[in-house]
Amino acid sequence: MRIGLFVPCFIDAFYPDVGIATLELLERFHCKVDYPFDQTCCGQPMVNSGCHAEARATEALFVKNFAQYDVIVAPSGSCVHQIRDNLTAVEQTPDVKHVRENTLELVEFLHDVLEVDAFPWARFEHRVGYHDSCNTLRNLGHGKPSELHGEPFSKPRALLEKVAGIELVQIDRPDECCGFGGTFSVTEPEVSAQMGRDKIADHGRNGAEYIVSADSSCLMHQSGCAARIGAPIKFKHIAEILNGASQ
Amino acid sequence: MSGNEPNPAATLQRATPEAQPRPAKAADGKRVDHARSAKQFLNAPEHAKSHDTRVWAMRTKRDKQAHTIEEWEELRELASQIKTHTLAHLDTYLEQFEANAKANGIHVHWAADGAEHNRIVHEIFTEHGVKRVIKAKSMLMEECGFRHYMDSVGIEIVETDLGERIQQLDGEDPSHIVVPPVHKMRSDVARLFAEQLGSDPDNDDAHYLAGAQRDATRPLILDADAGMTGANFAVAETGGFVVCTNEGNADLSANVPNLHVASIGIEKLVPRVEDMGVFIRLLSRSALGSPITQYTSHFRAPKQGGEMHIVLVDNGRSKRLGMEKFWSSLKCIRCGACMNTCPVYRRSGGLSYGATYAGPLGLILNPTFDAHRYSNLPFASTLNGSCTNVCPVKINIHEQIFGWRQVLAENGHLPWTKKTALSAAGKVLASPKGYRVAIKTTNSALKHLPRWALYNRMNAWGEGREMPSPPDNGTFHDWYRRNRLKNQAKTPNEGDSQ
Ligand code: SF4
Repeated sequence: MRIGLFVPCFIDAFYPDVGIATLELLERFHCKVDYPFDQTCCGQPMVNSGCHAEARATEALFVKNFAQYDVIVAPSGSCVHQIRDNLTAVEQTPDVKHVRENTLELVEFLHDVLEVDAFPWARFEHRVGYHDSCNTLRNLGHGKPSELHGEPFSKPRALLEKVAGIELVQIDRPDECCGFGGTFSVTEPEVSAQMGRDKIADHGRNGAEYIVSADSSCLMHQSGCAARIGAPIKFKHIAEILNGASQ
Repeated sequence: MSGNEPNPAATLQRATPEAQPRPAKAADGKRVDHARSAKQFLNAPEHAKSHDTRVWAMRTKRDKQAHTIEEWEELRELASQIKTHTLAHLDTYLEQFEANAKANGIHVHWAADGAEHNRIVHEIFTEHGVKRVIKAKSMLMEECGFRHYMDSVGIEIVETDLGERIQQLDGEDPSHIVVPPVHKMRSDVARLFAEQLGSDPDNDDAHYLAGAQRDATRPLILDADAGMTGANFAVAETGGFVVCTNEGNADLSANVPNLHVASIGIEKLVPRVEDMGVFIRLLSRSALGSPITQYTSHFRAPKQGGEMHIVLVDNGRSKRLGMEKFWSSLKCIRCGACMNTCPVYRRSGGLSYGATYAGPLGLILNPTFDAHRYSNLPFASTLNGSCTNVCPVKINIHEQIFGWRQVLAENGHLPWTKKTALSAAGKVLASPKGYRVAIKTTNSALKHLPRWALYNRMNAWGEGREMPSPPDNGTFHDWYRRNRLKNQAKTPNEGDSQ
């Protein structure tokens, strides 16, 4: 199985450690991973704003970079949702279909494909509040959203529970959106920041030292809100913890 | 930061309660600016907090009720299918409904739009010499601008729903389709009633306030000349209709005077009485988290010696029925669950939408009435999808919000600056070389990158948030080149493909 690693543009620029942790983690499980050098973005910034035509060339470039891989893995739920469900500005050739059907978010890949049952190298002795990003939860099916009837499950929590020393805390509004929402964060800055502050407060109230998520974009927004008000909470991408980060 | 220190003034007892935020309405022909009104709402922190808490409590109660019903998801599916089926055969069911209603002695009228609805009702009132009307809450009548119309022709309208009466006395539109004054605090109501009804301004006890209103309104109700209701459901098989209220005020409106006029949107049809079992189980649980509304009133014929009229209103509905991506919004049973779960609605208040319908439902309905005026609304969402999950008739609300963005962009309704920025972003992101240059031509990635990485004016990001700091050792791309390609003879030449 040849794996293409997609490191979304803002992770490339701001959170290289998330990309590194993802790559190393996959390699620990003996995956053969390539990083196509000409990759940029999945097209989400444009599509999120309704500008599909403007995303066409970016989408085409994405497909060109990744069509040769059996599986494409990315540490970002919202980008995976864009690729899988909304990469429609380009003509739907067999390559495009292949890419769309075989792009997986990291947690899904570890949980559903590799069926990982242990992270022997990982130890994280902290109280952690897990942030279900809306895209991973409701669009990719990481877990059961609180609105729906049915048996609760959570793939990311199932993985984190295998990390030694970790303590997962419950929050009051478990799957309330944190307010990032892509372009929403700049078109509706006040509502967005208020939602971010409310989210951080919920985690803080319930004793979390860290907020952990599979979406760096939510973490970027929340950490920006926390820094502005001086909230003492820390942020980590799930890949870093699973790869053995201790703090 | 200085802004974090507790403000000593805030800890003192407030001399006067915080004033109720009142977002300005967009002028005729202007775009509603949701973000601006939302900011105004958030600038009244006590109101904003109380709104979020109250509305979230409804969502929590809804979850509890829904989760006690084993077959909840099947019920939603069934409701969705019944509505889909009805809408697919709407013409037939409407004819059937009309024939049966007429056979029961009801007068049936058809209105193509809001103006025609108002005209028809006005004619009926003129014939009967009506001076005062008592009216149960109806979003359709809001849609038609009915109250304003009646105002202009000098017919007095008295709302019988307490929440709607509060809004009427305050000269405001409802901010929630089920709880019209949910954005108000008790202190606002106390002040309003003191001004309008002469009650004690310092007493904001809910029972006292409700009593004061009842005493003031009851005489008006008792000598009204006509009563109006909407309908939650209209049953084709019987020609009857159903109104659900918690105060029994639809029964008052319908039964006190001899003349009853019901305004019914053509999408309210269900085929059979039997179907009501499905919808009644879903409606109140979804809306307020109560097992059933206090009053589920079935109307089928005029009362003895009375007269009953039904006005079936289209007002854009048949046009929406023809919209491939958006027709299923007609399945809506107006429970308000999508508003209660919506984190944006809870933070911004219903009046910030500047439209008849607020919240997620409003984002997908309002643009069908006026695409330009409401072109900002589909962007007042994080697309989190919770609305879709709570919707009892399974409307794919967040997908329609997403769909509207595309339609609006393609029809030239995006602001020019936004369109230009995104077009530029699309060009940079489609070019590996351009993308790398954008990061590298400056020492600080922050200077250039955010324009396309965050899509828009960065000052908006910075209003409530810090920017991420650029990593010390460069991008992931740099790291990969340093650490993984160092032994390779030839390094890939990024940008080759451009
Ligand atoms: S769209 Fe669905 S959830 Fe929202 S008011 Fe209508 S029926 Fe209720």
